[in-house]
Amino acid sequence: MCLGIPGQIIEISDINHKLAIVNIAGVKRQINIACIVNEQHPPEKCIGDWVLVHVGFAMNRINEQEAAETLKLLEELATAQAQITN
Amino acid sequence: MKYVNEFREPEKAAALSNQITQLCNQLKKPLKLMEVCGGHTHSIFKYGIEDILPSNLELIHGPGCPVCVMPKGRLDDAIAISQNHNVILATFGDTMRVPGSTTNLLQAKATGADIRMVYSPLDSLQIARDNPDKEIVFFALGFETTAPSTALTILQAAAENITNFSMFSNHVLVIPALQALLDNPDLQLDGFIGPGHVSMVIGTESYQFISQKYHKPIVISGFEPLDILQSIWMILQQLVENRCQVENQYNRLVEPAGNLIALQAMNQVFAVRENFDWRGLGEIPESGLKIRDEYGQFDAENKFIIPNLKVADHKACKCGEILKGVLKPWECKVFGTACTPETPIGSCMVSSEGACAAYYKYGRLSAISKKAQQLATSKST
Repeated sequence: MCLGIPGQIIEISDINHKLAIVNIAGVKRQINIACIVNEQHPPEKCIGDWVLVHVGFAMNRINEQEAAETLKLLEELATAQAQITN
Repeated sequence: MKYVNEFREPEKAAALSNQITQLCNQLKKPLKLMEVCGGHTHSIFKYGIEDILPSNLELIHGPGCPVCVMPKGRLDDAIAISQNHNVILATFGDTMRVPGSTTNLLQAKATGADIRMVYSPLDSLQIARDNPDKEIVFFALGFETTAPSTALTILQAAAENITNFSMFSNHVLVIPALQALLDNPDLQLDGFIGPGHVSMVIGTESYQFISQKYHKPIVISGFEPLDILQSIWMILQQLVENRCQVENQYNRLVEPAGNLIALQAMNQVFAVRENFDWRGLGEIPESGLKIRDEYGQFDAENKFIIPNLKVADHKACKCGEILKGVLKPWECKVFGTACTPETPIGSCMVSSEGACAAYYKYGRLSAISKKAQQLATSKST
């Protein structure tokens, strides 16, 4: 029910209603971006953003730096484990 | 697929599994962690995560599946609304086979009611625009992840002055449910895997009471296999170091304050109900959302006469105990016999996020019988 899928905003389709087109693994769909836009980040700046899509709404922007850091930590864990095993 | 595949690498999962085993060995006692969210339950089964966890670590599948916790009476109310002349009831697909007291939405649709499955609440608003001579009701349910989207849909309906649209709100809140679980003496847990997408909306501060008042660790987790394994590892680290804190594994999407725009929309449209009935958990104070009076014209409970009856669950069904983690699905007499995903008696067998449906679809019989034996041994000692 709380499922969310990462997708990338490729076009603003209706700026007044805060609607955008998102690409999810090649599937394009119109979504609402009201939850991720404000004065600092207006709709026109959203193109290229990776967002989490839930029931037709972008619920939040994916923080690329945080994602990279999580992956780096996982990589370090795997390396440490490999050293213990060998 | 970006942000998905990187979090599914088997080598890293194997490394985490080894680290988890080492930590469990250090702790030297049986451990019970609850994944609150049904999305986590689904992932745990889909990826066979339990198969790579040590035998002294048990995952308890919590009540975070809105379909599973919906009482029969509310389903009956939705069916009653759909029987009204001129009504189109729009709903998420998850609700179609949830058993009411005598029937479900799929059967109601088969017998002539106009019930339509939609992907988004905005789709139901489009149905209202396309059918001005019909009355469209959206059967809204879900936790705080979903509530902002239904709130924004009502705000859109108000902005356009769409008068043939209303919503039957069954939104529920995670924090009061966690509180009810923690106050339940039947349930002894060592830590929580926290709901990722709910926290994306509400933030992480709301969980402080779990560490401060109940002294349990909680780690907010993503939904990919490596996310869940890393969260388990983080909880165990806390237990080894004798800490209990709110930690965030899912910081690529969850910020401490949550999503303020989503929260504002939710609070603008919804107010907290005094009480709401949960299947398996009973009445929980301040755990549901109703539409505020300012938006009363969009509240289906004002527009239609609904039975609003409380209906007891089927006697043979153990969904209540399963939702609280007191019983395992296979300990229910009707599991896999009278109750299957095709003919569910209880709601935990309906949604793919329900513990029973997950065990039925992905559970390995050999693993289940081994676990049942372990459980019997631990109960007899």
